Formats: sequence, structure tokens, C-alpha cells
Amino acid sequence: MSALAISVENLGKRYRIGASRERYLALRDVISSGASRALKRLSGHAKDRPEERDFWALRDVSFEVKQGECVGIIGRNGAGKSTLLKILSRITEPSEGEARLRGRVGSLLEVGTGFHPELTGRENVYLNGAILGMSRREIATKFDEIVAFAEIGKFLDTQVKHYSSGMYTRLAFAVAAHLEPEILVVDEVLAVGDAAFQKKCLGKMGEVAKGGRTVIFVSHNMGAVENLCGHAILLAEGRLLSESSEVRRTIEKYFQAASGSDDVATEWKRASDGMVHPAFTPERFRLCDPSGATVAGAVRNDDAVFVCVEGTVGMLDPALKVGYSLYSENGDLLFWTLSTDTPESNWPRPEIGRCDFVSAFPRNLLNEGNYRLELNVSLHYREWVCEPGKNAPAITVAVRGGLSESPYWTSARPGCLAPMIAWSVSRPLGGPPA
Amino acid sequence: MSSAVPPAAFAEVVIRPRQPVGHYWRELWRYRELFLFLAWRDVKIRYKQTTIGVAWAVLRPLLVMVVFTIVFGRLGKMPSPGGLPYPLLVMAGMLPWQFFATVMGEGSNSLLLNANLVTKMYFPRIIVPASVVVVSLVDLMVSGMLMVGLLGWYRQAPSIQALALPLFLLLGLAASLGASFWLSALTVKYRDFRYVIPFVVQFGLYATPVGFSTASIPERWRPVFALNPMVGVVEGFRWSVLGTGVLDGWVLSASTATTLLLLMTGFRYFRSTERQFADTI
Repeated sequence: MSALAISVENLGKRYRIGASRERYLALRDVISSGASRALKRLSGHAKDRPEERDFWALRDVSFEVKQGECVGIIGRNGAGKSTLLKILSRITEPSEGEARLRGRVGSLLEVGTGFHPELTGRENVYLNGAILGMSRREIATKFDEIVAFAEIGKFLDTQVKHYSSGMYTRLAFAVAAHLEPEILVVDEVLAVGDAAFQKKCLGKMGEVAKGGRTVIFVSHNMGAVENLCGHAILLAEGRLLSESSEVRRTIEKYFQAASGSDDVATEWKRASDGMVHPAFTPERFRLCDPSGATVAGAVRNDDAVFVCVEGTVGMLDPALKVGYSLYSENGDLLFWTLSTDTPESNWPRPEIGRCDFVSAFPRNLLNEGNYRLELNVSLHYREWVCEPGKNAPAITVAVRGGLSESPYWTSARPGCLAPMIAWSVSRPLGGPPA
Repeated sequence: MSSAVPPAAFAEVVIRPRQPVGHYWRELWRYRELFLFLAWRDVKIRYKQTTIGVAWAVLRPLLVMVVFTIVFGRLGKMPSPGGLPYPLLVMAGMLPWQFFATVMGEGSNSLLLNANLVTKMYFPRIIVPASVVVVSLVDLMVSGMLMVGLLGWYRQAPSIQALALPLFLLLGLAASLGASFWLSALTVKYRDFRYVIPFVVQFGLYATPVGFSTASIPERWRPVFALNPMVGVVEGFRWSVLGTGVLDGWVLSASTATTLLLLMTGFRYFRSTERQFADTI
């Protein structure tokens, strides 16, 4: 009954991938290939241009969004989510199909677009507001609210380059949060800031959605999508896989689709020229089962699985630490584990040559989901060999099922962990006797 | 603010392949504040360290003036129309040329420098290369002080022709806008195009009457010479600031015609390529 805010019909976006794999042309190449083609034509060896390949980032996508609805768009990296947002915010044009938008569109694809480090916080609020499409008067009336929301107080007239990254993101989000378009397009902005601020941002987003505005929200944070959105769209490889107002069901489909996917790489091998270190050169980093075979696909939460780091020890160094860092799907660091975490007498003692460092992957700890393991190798307080977040090789483990045998516990629970912790019952001390 | 507006009041935007932006000029007007903010940002950054910013705007033309006075005036013994001091002749040509050259250099890079805006935000893209012109205009104002000082030094009173100065400024603005549109769009498409630009600037300096007067060009070459859009701007600027010099009607109209052509083709080329900027930048 309520009017449509967005209608999308057969939307598609094609990218040309040339042989050179460059996104832009070089005048030099255009001239030289033009000249060589002319020469070839003269000598009778006319040949076609190098094959160009079409790549559809988005294809045949149709859906409708009612006014005041909050829609979550989910899907793996490369599923076409960002492309869809870019088309809807008129940053890039579609190759086919059409989209109709009724109302002013405000898009928020990145926090702090156009922030300039040399300008003060106050100046950046005005500049960023103008970039987001607010008028100067609009910003002026909301200025105090924005500053209060950002909690930057006395640093308002300090250059942004002196801000901490937290202050920076808070200010940037504060400006964006006070944008009041009829249609708000948001990409993954909640993945920033500390937990308290993220909560505040989510609250603000909920407010916006409840205020009757239409919101399109892309996120990898399934919890946020489930809380905020009344409708979810699942994209996979540029196509619309599922669309439903049962958000929970769509999210489950997303997890099912992800478990069979090839971005769950359970093994890493060193390239012939990479990452050689005199103390320890990692050769292979993988998940394996008790028989030593590499695990392919998802693992159950109660499976016995091992993390195996194979490498070449070039010289014995007592400071050598081998381990990994575990990240959640949202990129949150969950823990580090290292070969030197135990008392020194229990440390594994490698010998020169090929060595395997093996540890049992924790069972009955993680919830369903995809987790990333990054190799973590260093010489204690001296030097990194593989630094997580920087140059470390990574593998992925997909945890599916096996959470519990309990009849009351049948599906994934909220939270990133799902530990099984035993409970017991006892009478309070000094209570009445049985 | 959240009071519901009746749906009928919402303007409908249709997004289709190769759809030209509807109501382009209205859209530009709507984004006028962003244009001013971007220009203000760039001016602010440039003059943040005030002494260096001002020194840069003043020192460059001053040094070039000294060199050109020696090379063209003393060594080359080029004539100065009306017997004007040679430094005045050079400075009056230097300022509009420097303005144009700055726009060429920074205009060509402008979209790349603002790539994050182009890939993350919608706005009429033409704002970016256009705001570069404002920054150069501020530079021109600052280095214009030099001209005023030099006129005072040689006790040269402004003549009635100075009233025509805004007209030639406008012509210079048109030429630099045209160049900025062309070069910014070309640099996005052909990434190595920027290496061509220093050469064009170098070459242009000698193809424009900066260090000499158009009077030094043989009569039969003048029609060709006048095809350079900056010839009319520079000679007109000189004529209105110094009150003397040659302002050939033919040269001026030919130069004005190429300027307008540059502006129009630049605008059209920009409009025809801007839809792909976000994909190629």
C-alpha cells in the first residue's frame, strides 16, 4: 500500500577487462599499438586486438523497496554489493536495466570522504557536509548537534591531522549521521570506531529508519542487519540470490552459500620467491585432520582439527615464536596463540631443517561463521617474520554445525563465540536441608 | 525535518545506461556550495603557510621577469612598443600566462587528486576542474600586487584602458576553463597524459607573447600566431594595464574565437566522458 521509494529492473553493470588488466589506458600504449597495427596491416598481417573479456559485476538484478523500509544487502566480497550501491548513488552508470529513485538520495560509501588533514575539525564539518550534499545553512543549524555527537569538544579548532583515528571517525560519522535525505545509502560504515561508538551509530541508524526514511544498508555484520533491517537482499556473483522480508532466513542462506565457496582457503603455500627468512621460512600453513590430510571445506565445531605450520628453520634462535592470530569475519581480532605461551620448559624445540609446528584448533569455542587465521611468526621483540595485518599469509576456516548436542540448542547463537560450559546445581550454603 | 513529505513531492530520478544528467544546469546550481567549498579548501591549503604561499605566487613571476628582460630585452634587443620599460612589458604578459599555466598543470591533475570524491560521491564532476581556476585566480590577485608595485616604480599612471581589464580577465577565464576541462578528462582516460603537460606549458610560453610583444612577429605569421587562445588574452591584458601596445583587431578576434572553441569543445568532451570517470580513475 505504501509508495515505492526505489524500483530496480534488470540492472546490470559490465566491466571490460582488457588483456593488460589495467583499468585505464596509457597514451603511449594507444599510440604504439595503433602504430603496430597500422604496420601489420601494411605488411598484410592484420590481427585482431588482444581479447577483451567482459565481466559482469552485476546482472539481472530487480527488486523494489517501499518508502520507509530498511533494506540490508548482504553477500560475499565481490558479490556486487558495492557496485549496486554505486549505481544507486549515481557514482557510476549501469550497463543495462534501470533504477528509479523517488526522493533525494544521500550516500555514505565511506566515512570521512573529502576530509582534509590540514583543515580543522570545524572546517572539515562544513566541507564534508557540502560533499554529502548539505547546504551551508543546514550544516550551521545542526552544527552543535554534530559536535556533541562526535564528542570532540575542545579539539574542534585543531587540525584533523592531529586527531586520533577514533576522533577522526567519530567526527566523520557525526556529519554523515545528520544528513537527512529521503533515501539513505550506507556501505559498511559501522565497521569503524570502538564498541561504544558503534552502538551509538547503530542507534542513530535505527532512528533514521524509524523516522520514515528509506535506508539501504550494506554490511558484513549480520547482527546489525538482523537488528536494523526489515528486508534483506542476498547477492552472489552479481546476481540476486534471495530477497525476503524474513531477514533471518536470508542470512542463513548467506551462510549456506558461503560454506561451499572457494574463498574458504584452508591452505597456503609459499610462492617460490616470497618470505624467506634466515631464522624461519614458512613453507605451508594449513588446517589438517588427525591423519594429516588438509581439511577441505567447513569444519564442525566439535571436529578434531589441527593448525599446521610447516617451515624451514635456517638457524636456531631461542626468540623464535610461531603461532597465528584469529580474526572474526568482521575483522575483529579474537586472539593470538604462540608456541611460547606455555612455561619455557614446555616450548617446542625445533631443529635445523624442515619442521612442523602443530597445534590443536580449539573445539567448542567458536560460533558458526568464517574465521581468518593469519600466520604470526617473529623473533621475540626483535623482528617480525610474518606480521598479522601486514604481510602474514592467511587461511580461512568455516565453522558449521556441531555446536552442541543439546536438544535446546539447534542453531547458531548470537555472539562470535559459542563455548560449551558445564553447569551444575547446588543448594545455597546454609539453606534448608533437602 | 522528519515530518513526512507527501510522496508526490519527491522528484523521481531515473538511472539508465547512457542517460544524460537531467537538468544539468539546475544540478550545477544545486551544487554551487560544493564548488565554493572545494575552491576555498584549495586556496586555504595553498596559503596555509602564508609566507610560503605568497612568496611562491610573487617570486615565480618576478624571477621570470628578470630572466626574460635580460634575454629578450638586453640580449635579443626586442623592441618594446611605445618605448615602455621592458620589465613592465614582460610582467604584464607573465601574469595572465602564469595564470593559464597553473590551471593547465593543476587542472590536469585535479580529478586524480580528488579520486576519492569521484569514486565515493555523486556530484557534477565539472566542479573539480572548475574550482582549480578559482585557486589560480587568487594566485593572480596576489601576483597582481607585483604589477601594481612595478607600475608605481616606473611612475606609470593607469590609463582609461584599464577599464577593459575585466573583459580580458573573463577571456582568460574562458581559455583556462576550456583547458582545464580538456586536460582533466584526458588525464583520467590516458594516465600518462600528464607527462605531456609540462612540455605544452614550456612550448606555450614561447608561442605566447610573454617575453616579447606581438609586434615582433612578422606580419604574415600573425594569423597563425593568433590561433593560440592566450595571445588575445596576453596582448589584451598588456594593452589595458600599460595603456600602449598593439591590440590588432584581427588577432584579438581570431584568438577569442579559438578560446570559445576551446571552452565549448572542452565542456562537451568532459560531459561525454564524465560518466566513466568513477570506473576508470
